[in-house]
Amino acid sequence: MAEPSNITPTSQLRKRIEQLGLVVVRGIEEIGYMFRLLYEALEWVVLGRQRQQPVRVSSVFSETMQIGIQAVPIIAILCFSIGVMLAIQGIETLKTFGAEAQVVLGIALSVTREFSPLIVSILVAGRSGSAIAARIGTMLESQEIDALRVIGINPVRYLVAPIMLAMLISLPCLVILGDVVGLLGGAVYTKIDLNLPLSVYFDRTFEILVVDDVMQGLIKSVVFALIISLVGLANGFQVQGGAEGVGRATTRSVVMSISLIVIADMVFTYFLNR
Amino acid sequence: MTDNAEKIPVVEVENLVTHYGDRMILKGVSLKIYQGEIIVIMGGSGSGKSTLLRHLLGLHKPTSGCIRLLGKDITKLNNQEMYEIRRHMGVAFQGGALFGSMTVGENVMLPLREHTDLDEQTMQIMTRLKLEVVNLAGFENLMPSELSGGMIKRAALARAVVMDPKLLFFDEPSAGLDPVAAVELDELILKLRSALKMSMVVVTHELDSAFKIADRITVLDQGDILMTDTVENVRNSDNQRIQSLLNRMPRDDAVDTDEYLRRLTGYN
Repeated sequence: MAEPSNITPTSQLRKRIEQLGLVVVRGIEEIGYMFRLLYEALEWVVLGRQRQQPVRVSSVFSETMQIGIQAVPIIAILCFSIGVMLAIQGIETLKTFGAEAQVVLGIALSVTREFSPLIVSILVAGRSGSAIAARIGTMLESQEIDALRVIGINPVRYLVAPIMLAMLISLPCLVILGDVVGLLGGAVYTKIDLNLPLSVYFDRTFEILVVDDVMQGLIKSVVFALIISLVGLANGFQVQGGAEGVGRATTRSVVMSISLIVIADMVFTYFLNR
Repeated sequence: MTDNAEKIPVVEVENLVTHYGDRMILKGVSLKIYQGEIIVIMGGSGSGKSTLLRHLLGLHKPTSGCIRLLGKDITKLNNQEMYEIRRHMGVAFQGGALFGSMTVGENVMLPLREHTDLDEQTMQIMTRLKLEVVNLAGFENLMPSELSGGMIKRAALARAVVMDPKLLFFDEPSAGLDPVAAVELDELILKLRSALKMSMVVVTHELDSAFKIADRITVLDQGDILMTDTVENVRNSDNQRIQSLLNRMPRDDAVDTDEYLRRLTGYN
Protein backbone atom coordinates (compact mmCIF):
# COMPACT_ATOMS: atom_id res chain seq x y z
CA MET A 1 0.00 0.00 0.00
CA ALA A 2 1.47 3.33 -1.04
CA GLU A 3 1.25 5.84 1.80
CA PRO A 4 0.93 9.53 0.90
CA SER A 5 4.09 10.29 2.89
CA ASN A 6 6.06 8.20 0.41
CA ILE A 7 6.22 11.06 -2.08
CA THR A 8 9.95 11.78 -2.07
CA PRO A 9 11.94 14.07 -4.33
CA THR A 10 13.18 11.05 -6.30
CA SER A 11 9.70 9.72 -6.93
CA GLN A 12 8.64 13.19 -8.03
CA LEU A 13 11.57 13.40 -10.39
CA ARG A 14 10.70 10.00 -11.76
CA LYS A 15 7.17 11.20 -12.38
CA ARG A 16 8.46 14.25 -14.25
CA ILE A 17 10.71 12.13 -16.44
CA GLU A 18 7.82 9.78 -17.07
CA GLN A 19 5.65 12.70 -18.18
CA LEU A 20 8.39 14.01 -20.44
CA GLY A 21 8.70 10.57 -22.00
CA LEU A 22 4.95 10.45 -22.59
CA VAL A 23 4.94 13.84 -24.30
CA VAL A 24 7.81 12.79 -26.58
CA VAL A 25 6.12 9.51 -27.47
CA ARG A 26 2.85 11.29 -28.24
CA GLY A 27 4.67 13.82 -30.40
CA ILE A 28 6.40 11.12 -32.41
CA GLU A 29 3.10 9.27 -32.71
CA GLU A 30 1.44 12.38 -34.12
CA ILE A 31 4.20 12.96 -36.67
CA GLY A 32 3.91 9.33 -37.69
CA TYR A 33 0.16 9.74 -38.05
CA MET A 34 0.60 12.75 -40.33
CA PHE A 35 3.03 10.93 -42.59
CA ARG A 36 0.64 8.01 -42.79
CA LEU A 37 -2.14 10.37 -43.85
CA LEU A 38 0.15 11.82 -46.50
CA TYR A 39 1.16 8.38 -47.74
CA GLU A 40 -2.42 7.08 -47.89
CA ALA A 41 -3.68 10.21 -49.63
CA LEU A 42 -0.97 9.90 -52.30
CA GLU A 43 -1.79 6.22 -52.64
CA TRP A 44 -5.45 7.01 -53.30
CA VAL A 45 -4.55 9.71 -55.81
CA VAL A 46 -2.35 7.26 -57.74
CA LEU A 47 -4.24 3.99 -57.32
CA GLY A 48 -7.81 5.22 -56.81
CA ARG A 49 -8.86 4.77 -60.43
CA GLN A 50 -7.44 1.27 -60.47
CA ARG A 51 -9.44 0.41 -57.36
CA GLN A 52 -12.50 1.94 -59.06
CA GLN A 53 -12.77 4.43 -56.25
CA PRO A 54 -11.12 7.51 -57.76
CA VAL A 55 -10.47 10.74 -55.92
CA ARG A 56 -13.24 12.91 -57.36
CA VAL A 57 -12.08 15.87 -59.43
CA SER A 58 -15.26 17.74 -58.48
CA SER A 59 -14.43 17.64 -54.78
CA VAL A 60 -10.87 18.80 -55.48
CA PHE A 61 -12.42 21.72 -57.36
CA SER A 62 -14.81 22.66 -54.60
CA GLU A 63 -12.02 22.50 -52.02
CA THR A 64 -9.80 24.65 -54.25
CA MET A 65 -12.66 27.10 -54.48
CA GLN A 66 -12.85 27.38 -50.70
CA ILE A 67 -9.14 27.31 -49.92
CA GLY A 68 -7.88 29.25 -52.93
CA ILE A 69 -10.34 31.38 -54.85
CA GLN A 70 -12.27 32.69 -51.86
CA ALA A 71 -9.02 33.78 -50.22
CA VAL A 72 -8.00 35.95 -53.18
CA PRO A 73 -9.46 39.32 -52.05
CA ILE A 74 -8.04 39.20 -48.53
CA ILE A 75 -4.67 38.00 -49.78
CA ALA A 76 -4.57 40.81 -52.34
CA ILE A 77 -5.26 43.38 -49.63
CA LEU A 78 -2.65 41.95 -47.23
CA CYS A 79 0.11 41.56 -49.81
CA PHE A 80 -0.51 45.04 -51.19
CA SER A 81 -0.13 46.43 -47.67
CA ILE A 82 3.07 44.45 -47.17
CA GLY A 83 4.47 45.89 -50.41
CA VAL A 84 3.62 49.44 -49.32
CA MET A 85 5.08 48.79 -45.86
CA LEU A 86 8.33 47.47 -47.32
CA ALA A 87 8.57 50.52 -49.58
CA ILE A 88 8.09 52.94 -46.68
CA GLN A 89 10.67 51.19 -44.51
CA GLY A 90 13.09 50.70 -47.39
CA ILE A 91 13.02 54.30 -48.54
CA GLU A 92 13.35 55.53 -44.96
CA THR A 93 16.37 53.29 -44.26
CA LEU A 94 18.09 53.82 -47.57
CA LYS A 95 17.76 57.60 -47.27
CA THR A 96 20.59 57.55 -44.72
CA PHE A 97 22.89 56.28 -47.46
CA GLY A 98 21.32 58.40 -50.13
CA ALA A 99 20.42 55.26 -52.03
CA GLU A 100 16.62 55.46 -52.10
CA ALA A 101 16.49 54.16 -55.65
CA GLN A 102 17.82 50.79 -54.45
CA VAL A 103 14.49 50.22 -52.70
CA VAL A 104 13.28 48.36 -55.78
CA LEU A 105 15.84 45.62 -55.13
CA GLY A 106 14.86 45.29 -51.50
CA ILE A 107 11.16 45.03 -52.23
CA ALA A 108 11.58 42.61 -55.12
CA LEU A 109 13.69 40.14 -53.17
CA SER A 110 11.90 40.28 -49.85
CA VAL A 111 8.42 40.01 -51.37
CA THR A 112 9.14 37.05 -53.63
CA ARG A 113 11.46 35.10 -51.34
CA GLU A 114 9.97 35.79 -47.97
CA PHE A 115 6.90 37.88 -47.38
CA SER A 116 4.51 36.61 -49.99
CA PRO A 117 4.88 32.89 -49.08
CA LEU A 118 4.85 33.64 -45.37
CA ILE A 119 1.84 35.97 -45.30
CA VAL A 120 -0.15 33.80 -47.69
CA SER A 121 0.54 30.64 -45.68
CA ILE A 122 -0.26 32.23 -42.34
CA LEU A 123 -3.50 33.57 -43.74
CA VAL A 124 -4.49 30.22 -45.26
CA ALA A 125 -3.55 28.44 -42.02
CA GLY A 126 -5.85 30.75 -40.08
CA ARG A 127 -8.61 30.65 -42.64
CA SER A 128 -8.60 27.09 -44.00
CA GLY A 129 -6.40 25.09 -41.62
CA SER A 130 -8.75 25.82 -38.77
CA ALA A 131 -11.80 25.17 -40.94
CA ILE A 132 -10.39 21.78 -41.93
CA ALA A 133 -9.82 20.78 -38.31
CA ALA A 134 -13.28 21.98 -37.28
CA ARG A 135 -15.01 20.26 -40.17
CA ILE A 136 -13.30 16.90 -39.74
CA GLY A 137 -13.76 17.08 -35.96
CA THR A 138 -17.47 17.82 -36.26
CA MET A 139 -17.93 15.03 -38.78
CA LEU A 140 -16.16 12.65 -36.44
CA GLU A 141 -18.33 13.66 -33.49
CA SER A 142 -21.58 13.33 -35.40
CA GLN A 143 -20.55 9.88 -36.71
CA GLU A 144 -20.41 11.13 -40.29
CA ILE A 145 -16.94 9.59 -40.70
CA ASP A 146 -18.33 6.26 -39.46
CA ALA A 147 -21.20 6.65 -41.91
CA LEU A 148 -18.71 7.15 -44.74
CA ARG A 149 -16.82 4.04 -43.73
CA VAL A 150 -19.89 1.81 -43.52
CA ILE A 151 -21.07 3.03 -46.91
CA GLY A 152 -17.67 1.83 -48.12
CA ILE A 153 -16.16 5.25 -48.73
CA ASN A 154 -12.63 5.55 -47.44
CA PRO A 155 -12.41 8.88 -45.56
CA VAL A 156 -8.83 9.41 -46.74
CA ARG A 157 -9.91 9.13 -50.34
CA TYR A 158 -13.10 11.14 -49.91
CA LEU A 159 -11.99 13.90 -47.53
CA VAL A 160 -8.22 13.91 -47.03
CA ALA A 161 -6.94 13.56 -50.60
CA PRO A 162 -9.11 16.36 -52.08
CA ILE A 163 -8.14 18.76 -49.28
CA MET A 164 -4.45 17.98 -49.70
CA LEU A 165 -4.55 18.33 -53.48
CA ALA A 166 -6.51 21.55 -53.27
CA MET A 167 -4.01 22.95 -50.78
CA LEU A 168 -1.07 21.95 -52.99
CA ILE A 169 -2.69 23.62 -55.99
CA SER A 170 -3.96 26.73 -54.21
CA LEU A 171 -1.02 27.82 -52.14
CA PRO A 172 1.58 28.22 -54.94
CA CYS A 173 -1.02 30.07 -57.05
CA LEU A 174 -1.85 32.36 -54.15
CA VAL A 175 1.87 33.00 -53.61
CA ILE A 176 2.29 34.08 -57.23
CA LEU A 177 -0.68 36.38 -56.79
CA GLY A 178 0.89 37.67 -53.58
CA ASP A 179 4.16 38.32 -55.43
CA VAL A 180 2.45 40.39 -58.11
CA VAL A 181 0.25 42.39 -55.75
CA GLY A 182 3.07 42.91 -53.26
CA LEU A 183 5.34 44.31 -55.99
CA LEU A 184 2.49 46.50 -57.15
CA GLY A 185 2.06 47.86 -53.62
CA GLY A 186 5.74 48.73 -53.52
CA ALA A 187 5.53 50.32 -56.95
CA VAL A 188 2.57 52.50 -56.04
CA TYR A 189 4.22 53.87 -52.92
CA THR A 190 7.54 54.41 -54.70
CA LYS A 191 5.68 56.35 -57.38
CA ILE A 192 4.09 58.57 -54.73
CA ASP A 193 7.21 59.10 -52.64
CA LEU A 194 10.09 59.07 -55.16
CA ASN A 195 7.99 59.80 -58.24
CA LEU A 196 9.40 56.73 -59.96
CA PRO A 197 7.13 55.72 -62.87
CA LEU A 198 5.51 52.28 -62.57
CA SER A 199 6.98 51.15 -65.88
CA VAL A 200 10.51 51.97 -64.76
CA TYR A 201 9.88 50.28 -61.42
CA PHE A 202 8.73 47.05 -63.06
CA ASP A 203 11.49 47.14 -65.69
CA ARG A 204 14.05 47.27 -62.92
CA THR A 205 12.28 44.66 -60.89
CA PHE A 206 12.38 42.20 -63.77
CA GLU A 207 16.04 42.98 -64.36
CA ILE A 208 16.82 42.08 -60.77
CA LEU A 209 14.55 39.09 -60.27
CA VAL A 210 15.74 35.73 -61.51
CA VAL A 211 13.64 32.60 -61.70
CA ASP A 212 15.37 31.31 -58.59
CA ASP A 213 13.91 34.04 -56.39
CA VAL A 214 10.34 33.21 -57.32
CA MET A 215 11.09 29.50 -57.18
CA GLN A 216 12.31 29.88 -53.61
CA GLY A 217 8.92 31.20 -52.61
CA LEU A 218 7.11 28.50 -54.55
CA ILE A 219 9.13 25.63 -53.06
CA LYS A 220 8.40 27.01 -49.62
CA SER A 221 4.72 27.30 -50.39
CA VAL A 222 4.50 23.61 -51.30
CA VAL A 223 6.03 22.66 -47.96
CA PHE A 224 3.72 25.09 -46.14
CA ALA A 225 0.73 23.61 -47.96
CA LEU A 226 1.62 20.17 -46.64
CA ILE A 227 2.08 21.54 -43.13
CA ILE A 228 -1.29 23.34 -43.10
CA SER A 229 -3.28 20.43 -44.48
CA LEU A 230 -1.61 17.69 -42.44
CA VAL A 231 -1.80 19.63 -39.18
CA GLY A 232 -5.44 20.57 -39.76
CA LEU A 233 -6.44 17.05 -40.75
CA ALA A 234 -4.52 15.28 -37.98
CA ASN A 235 -6.00 17.59 -35.36
CA GLY A 236 -9.47 17.09 -36.78
CA PHE A 237 -9.23 13.31 -36.75
CA GLN A 238 -8.05 13.32 -33.14
CA VAL A 239 -10.99 15.29 -31.77
CA GLN A 240 -12.44 13.93 -28.57
CA GLY A 241 -15.09 15.38 -26.28
CA GLY A 242 -17.78 17.11 -28.29
CA ALA A 243 -17.98 20.76 -29.21
CA GLU A 244 -15.28 21.72 -26.73
CA GLY A 245 -12.93 19.18 -28.29
CA VAL A 246 -13.61 20.62 -31.74
CA GLY A 247 -12.78 24.10 -30.44
CA ARG A 248 -9.56 22.90 -28.88
CA ALA A 249 -8.49 21.09 -32.06
CA THR A 250 -9.20 24.18 -34.13
CA THR A 251 -7.09 26.43 -31.94
CA ARG A 252 -4.33 23.86 -31.72
CA SER A 253 -4.18 23.39 -35.46
CA VAL A 254 -3.83 27.13 -36.12
CA VAL A 255 -1.14 27.68 -33.49
CA MET A 256 0.71 24.53 -34.53
CA SER A 257 0.67 25.19 -38.26
CA ILE A 258 1.71 28.83 -37.95
CA SER A 259 4.58 27.89 -35.62
CA LEU A 260 5.70 25.11 -37.93
CA ILE A 261 5.47 27.41 -40.95
CA VAL A 262 7.67 30.07 -39.37
CA ILE A 263 10.24 27.53 -38.19
CA ALA A 264 10.27 25.71 -41.53
CA ASP A 265 10.65 29.07 -43.25
CA MET A 266 13.75 29.83 -41.21
CA VAL A 267 15.29 26.45 -42.01
CA PHE A 268 14.49 26.78 -45.71
CA THR A 269 15.80 30.31 -45.97
CA TYR A 270 19.06 29.15 -44.43
CA PHE A 271 19.54 26.28 -46.85
CA LEU A 272 18.24 27.99 -49.98
CA ASN A 273 20.56 30.96 -49.52
CA ARG A 274 23.80 29.04 -49.05
CA MET B 1 -40.30 -15.80 -37.90
CA THR B 2 -37.88 -17.84 -35.84
CA ASP B 3 -39.63 -21.02 -36.91
CA ASN B 4 -38.57 -20.55 -40.52
CA ALA B 5 -37.94 -23.90 -42.11
CA GLU B 6 -34.49 -23.07 -43.47
CA LYS B 7 -32.56 -20.96 -41.06
CA ILE B 8 -29.72 -19.35 -42.93
CA PRO B 9 -27.46 -17.40 -40.60
CA VAL B 10 -26.55 -13.96 -41.97
CA VAL B 11 -24.60 -12.85 -38.93
CA GLU B 12 -22.53 -15.20 -36.81
CA VAL B 13 -20.53 -13.93 -33.90
CA GLU B 14 -18.29 -16.38 -32.09
CA ASN B 15 -16.49 -15.72 -28.84
CA LEU B 16 -16.02 -12.05 -29.51
CA VAL B 17 -13.66 -10.41 -27.04
CA THR B 18 -12.93 -6.69 -27.29
CA HIS B 19 -10.95 -4.19 -25.28
CA TYR B 20 -11.08 -0.44 -24.92
CA GLY B 21 -7.57 0.39 -23.81
CA ASP B 22 -6.96 -2.10 -21.04
CA ARG B 23 -10.62 -2.48 -20.16
CA MET B 24 -12.39 -5.57 -21.43
CA ILE B 25 -15.75 -4.57 -22.92
CA LEU B 26 -17.13 -7.73 -24.54
CA LYS B 27 -16.23 -10.93 -22.74
CA GLY B 28 -16.71 -13.67 -25.27
CA VAL B 29 -20.01 -12.88 -27.00
CA SER B 30 -21.62 -15.41 -29.36
CA LEU B 31 -24.69 -14.67 -31.41
CA LYS B 32 -26.44 -15.89 -34.54
CA ILE B 33 -28.88 -13.90 -36.62
CA TYR B 34 -30.92 -15.61 -39.29
CA GLN B 35 -32.16 -14.41 -42.62
CA GLY B 36 -35.26 -12.28 -42.49
CA GLU B 37 -35.43 -11.85 -38.75
CA ILE B 38 -35.33 -8.73 -36.65
CA ILE B 39 -33.11 -9.13 -33.66
CA VAL B 40 -32.99 -6.50 -30.97
CA ILE B 41 -29.86 -6.07 -28.91
CA MET B 42 -30.94 -4.73 -25.55
CA GLY B 43 -29.02 -3.65 -22.50
CA GLY B 44 -28.41 -0.75 -20.18
CA SER B 45 -25.76 1.91 -20.61
CA GLY B 46 -22.28 0.45 -20.52
CA SER B 47 -23.53 -3.05 -21.30
CA GLY B 48 -21.42 -3.13 -24.44
CA LYS B 49 -24.24 -2.99 -26.96
CA SER B 50 -22.82 -0.05 -28.88
CA THR B 51 -19.42 -1.74 -28.89
CA LEU B 52 -20.95 -4.92 -30.26
CA LEU B 53 -22.66 -2.92 -33.00
CA ARG B 54 -19.48 -1.09 -33.96
CA HIS B 55 -17.68 -4.41 -34.31
CA LEU B 56 -20.51 -5.87 -36.37
CA LEU B 57 -20.09 -2.87 -38.68
CA GLY B 58 -16.39 -3.59 -39.04
CA LEU B 59 -15.39 -0.23 -37.57
CA HIS B 60 -13.02 -1.81 -35.04
CA LYS B 61 -10.77 -4.84 -34.90
CA PRO B 62 -11.66 -7.22 -32.06
CA THR B 63 -9.09 -8.67 -29.67
CA SER B 64 -10.19 -12.20 -30.52
CA GLY B 65 -13.14 -14.12 -31.88
CA CYS B 66 -14.76 -13.96 -35.28
CA ILE B 67 -17.63 -12.12 -36.91
CA ARG B 68 -19.14 -13.62 -40.06
CA LEU B 69 -21.39 -11.40 -42.12
CA LEU B 70 -23.16 -13.18 -44.98
CA GLY B 71 -20.75 -16.08 -44.51
CA LYS B 72 -17.51 -14.06 -44.59
CA ASP B 73 -15.32 -13.47 -41.57
CA ILE B 74 -14.94 -9.69 -41.61
CA THR B 75 -12.03 -9.74 -39.16
CA LYS B 76 -9.92 -11.37 -41.87
CA LEU B 77 -11.08 -9.56 -45.01
CA ASN B 78 -8.88 -7.16 -46.96
CA ASN B 79 -10.13 -3.72 -47.94
CA GLN B 80 -11.49 -4.75 -51.32
CA GLU B 81 -13.45 -7.71 -49.91
CA MET B 82 -14.79 -5.52 -47.11
CA TYR B 83 -15.86 -2.98 -49.74
CA GLU B 84 -17.87 -5.73 -51.47
CA ILE B 85 -19.58 -6.72 -48.21
CA ARG B 86 -20.48 -3.12 -47.49
CA ARG B 87 -22.67 -3.01 -50.59
CA HIS B 88 -24.96 -5.48 -48.86
CA MET B 89 -25.24 -3.74 -45.54
CA GLY B 90 -27.02 -0.59 -44.53
CA VAL B 91 -26.59 1.36 -41.33
CA ALA B 92 -28.78 4.00 -39.71
CA PHE B 93 -26.84 5.75 -36.97
CA GLN B 94 -28.29 7.08 -33.76
CA GLY B 95 -28.00 10.75 -34.66
CA GLY B 96 -28.66 10.06 -38.34
CA ALA B 97 -25.09 11.02 -39.32
CA LEU B 98 -26.38 12.73 -42.46
CA PHE B 99 -23.68 14.76 -44.20
CA GLY B 100 -24.35 18.36 -43.27
CA SER B 101 -22.91 19.73 -46.48
CA MET B 102 -25.31 17.79 -48.72
CA THR B 103 -29.05 17.93 -49.25
CA VAL B 104 -31.24 15.07 -48.04
CA GLY B 105 -31.49 13.77 -51.59
CA GLU B 106 -27.71 13.81 -52.12
CA ASN B 107 -27.26 12.04 -48.81
CA VAL B 108 -29.59 9.24 -49.82
CA MET B 109 -28.03 9.05 -53.27
CA LEU B 110 -24.43 8.85 -52.04
CA PRO B 111 -24.20 5.02 -51.73
CA LEU B 112 -25.61 4.68 -55.26
CA ARG B 113 -23.08 7.16 -56.60
CA GLU B 114 -20.20 5.30 -54.97
CA HIS B 115 -21.23 1.73 -55.66
CA THR B 116 -23.07 1.82 -58.97
CA ASP B 117 -22.65 3.20 -62.48
CA LEU B 118 -26.29 4.16 -62.88
CA ASP B 119 -27.12 7.34 -64.73
CA GLU B 120 -28.20 10.43 -62.82
CA GLN B 121 -31.87 10.07 -63.76
CA THR B 122 -32.14 6.51 -62.46
CA MET B 123 -30.35 7.37 -59.26
CA GLN B 124 -32.74 10.25 -58.67
CA ILE B 125 -35.74 8.01 -59.20
CA MET B 126 -34.37 5.41 -56.80
CA THR B 127 -33.66 8.12 -54.25
CA ARG B 128 -37.19 9.51 -54.48
CA LEU B 129 -38.58 5.99 -54.25
CA LYS B 130 -36.80 5.38 -50.97
CA LEU B 131 -37.74 8.79 -49.60
CA GLU B 132 -41.32 7.93 -50.51
CA VAL B 133 -41.06 4.74 -48.45
CA VAL B 134 -39.97 6.65 -45.35
CA ASN B 135 -42.64 9.34 -45.90
CA LEU B 136 -40.20 12.06 -46.83
CA ALA B 137 -41.33 12.62 -50.40
CA GLY B 138 -40.61 16.15 -51.55
CA PHE B 139 -37.95 16.80 -48.92
CA GLU B 140 -34.97 15.88 -51.08
CA ASN B 141 -33.80 19.43 -51.61
CA LEU B 142 -33.72 20.39 -47.95
CA MET B 143 -30.54 20.39 -45.90
CA PRO B 144 -30.34 18.03 -42.91
CA SER B 145 -30.24 21.02 -40.56
CA GLU B 146 -33.73 21.95 -41.73
CA LEU B 147 -35.24 18.62 -40.64
CA SER B 148 -36.73 17.57 -37.32
CA GLY B 149 -35.25 14.74 -35.25
CA GLY B 150 -37.73 12.16 -36.50
CA MET B 151 -37.27 13.22 -40.11
CA ILE B 152 -33.50 12.94 -39.80
CA LYS B 153 -33.83 9.36 -38.53
CA ARG B 154 -36.14 8.51 -41.41
CA ALA B 155 -33.81 10.11 -43.94
CA ALA B 156 -30.93 8.13 -42.45
CA LEU B 157 -33.05 5.01 -42.82
CA ALA B 158 -33.70 5.86 -46.47
CA ARG B 159 -29.95 6.20 -47.05
CA ALA B 160 -29.34 2.90 -45.28
CA VAL B 161 -31.77 0.99 -47.51
CA VAL B 162 -31.13 2.74 -50.80
CA MET B 163 -28.91 -0.12 -52.02
CA ASP B 164 -31.52 -2.72 -50.93
CA PRO B 165 -29.13 -4.29 -48.43
CA LYS B 166 -29.48 -7.82 -47.12
CA LEU B 167 -28.53 -6.63 -43.68
CA LEU B 168 -29.73 -3.52 -41.93
CA PHE B 169 -28.28 -2.18 -38.70
CA PHE B 170 -30.19 0.39 -36.72
CA ASP B 171 -28.73 2.15 -33.71
CA GLU B 172 -31.27 3.45 -31.15
CA PRO B 173 -34.17 4.16 -33.54
CA SER B 174 -36.40 5.73 -30.91
CA ALA B 175 -33.81 7.62 -28.87
CA GLY B 176 -34.65 11.30 -28.67
CA LEU B 177 -38.03 10.98 -30.37
CA ASP B 178 -41.47 11.76 -29.01
CA PRO B 179 -43.69 8.69 -28.44
CA VAL B 180 -45.69 9.15 -31.62
CA ALA B 181 -42.64 9.56 -33.84
CA ALA B 182 -41.06 6.55 -32.13
CA VAL B 183 -44.08 4.35 -32.83
CA GLU B 184 -44.16 5.54 -36.43
CA LEU B 185 -40.53 4.59 -36.83
CA ASP B 186 -41.22 1.11 -35.40
CA GLU B 187 -44.04 0.67 -37.91
CA LEU B 188 -41.69 1.76 -40.65
CA ILE B 189 -39.09 -0.81 -39.61
CA LEU B 190 -41.69 -3.59 -39.77
CA LYS B 191 -42.96 -2.32 -43.12
CA LEU B 192 -39.45 -2.27 -44.54
CA ARG B 193 -38.75 -5.80 -43.41
CA SER B 194 -41.87 -7.17 -45.06
CA ALA B 195 -41.31 -5.12 -48.22
CA LEU B 196 -37.58 -5.63 -48.69
CA LYS B 197 -37.10 -8.95 -46.85
CA MET B 198 -33.99 -7.84 -45.08
CA SER B 199 -32.49 -9.04 -41.83
CA MET B 200 -32.23 -6.37 -39.19
CA VAL B 201 -30.15 -5.78 -36.12
CA VAL B 202 -31.62 -3.08 -33.92
CA VAL B 203 -29.82 -1.76 -30.88
CA THR B 204 -32.09 -0.11 -28.36
CA HIS B 205 -32.89 0.30 -24.71
CA GLU B 206 -36.51 1.23 -25.34
CA LEU B 207 -38.56 -1.70 -24.09
CA ASP B 208 -41.83 -0.89 -25.88
CA SER B 209 -40.12 -0.58 -29.20
CA ALA B 210 -38.06 -3.72 -28.63
CA PHE B 211 -41.14 -5.83 -27.80
CA LYS B 212 -43.00 -4.48 -30.77
CA ILE B 213 -40.47 -5.11 -33.54
CA ALA B 214 -38.31 -7.97 -32.33
CA ASP B 215 -38.47 -11.59 -33.42
CA ARG B 216 -35.80 -12.35 -30.92
CA ILE B 217 -34.13 -10.29 -28.23
CA THR B 218 -30.55 -10.49 -27.07
CA VAL B 219 -29.94 -9.10 -23.63
CA LEU B 220 -26.45 -7.82 -23.04
CA ASP B 221 -25.16 -7.03 -19.57
CA GLN B 222 -21.62 -5.97 -18.63
CA GLY B 223 -20.13 -7.51 -21.73
CA ASP B 224 -21.93 -10.85 -21.53
CA ILE B 225 -25.01 -12.09 -23.30
CA LEU B 226 -27.56 -13.05 -20.66
CA MET B 227 -29.97 -14.64 -23.08
CA THR B 228 -31.05 -14.64 -26.70
CA ASP B 229 -34.62 -15.74 -27.15
CA THR B 230 -38.09 -14.85 -28.33
CA VAL B 231 -39.88 -11.86 -26.88
CA GLU B 232 -42.17 -14.14 -24.86
CA ASN B 233 -39.33 -16.10 -23.30
CA VAL B 234 -37.32 -13.00 -22.46
CA ARG B 235 -40.35 -11.49 -20.75
CA ASN B 236 -40.88 -14.61 -18.70
CA SER B 237 -37.25 -15.11 -17.84
CA ASP B 238 -36.51 -15.50 -14.16
CA ASN B 239 -33.04 -14.02 -14.51
CA GLN B 240 -32.71 -11.26 -11.92
CA ARG B 241 -30.84 -8.84 -14.18
CA ILE B 242 -33.22 -9.25 -17.08
CA GLN B 243 -36.18 -8.66 -14.83
CA SER B 244 -34.63 -5.54 -13.34
CA LEU B 245 -33.98 -4.27 -16.87
CA LEU B 246 -37.55 -5.04 -17.94
CA ASN B 247 -39.12 -3.55 -14.84
CA ARG B 248 -36.85 -0.53 -14.79
CA MET B 249 -35.56 -1.36 -11.35
CA PRO B 250 -32.23 -0.07 -10.12
CA ARG B 251 -29.48 -2.62 -9.87
CA ASP B 252 -28.92 -3.65 -6.29
CA ASP B 253 -25.50 -5.20 -6.41
CA ALA B 254 -24.19 -6.53 -3.13
CA VAL B 255 -21.78 -3.99 -1.71
CA ASP B 256 -18.36 -5.23 -0.77
CA THR B 257 -17.38 -2.91 2.09
CA ASP B 258 -13.63 -3.37 1.79
CA GLU B 259 -13.71 -2.88 -1.96
CA TYR B 260 -15.89 0.21 -1.49
CA LEU B 261 -13.47 1.74 1.00
CA ARG B 262 -10.54 0.97 -1.26
CA ARG B 263 -12.22 2.71 -4.16
CA LEU B 264 -13.00 5.80 -2.09
CA THR B 265 -9.56 6.20 -0.60
CA GLY B 266 -7.72 5.32 -3.77
CA TYR B 267 -5.32 2.90 -2.04
CA ASN B 268 -4.67 -0.37 -3.77
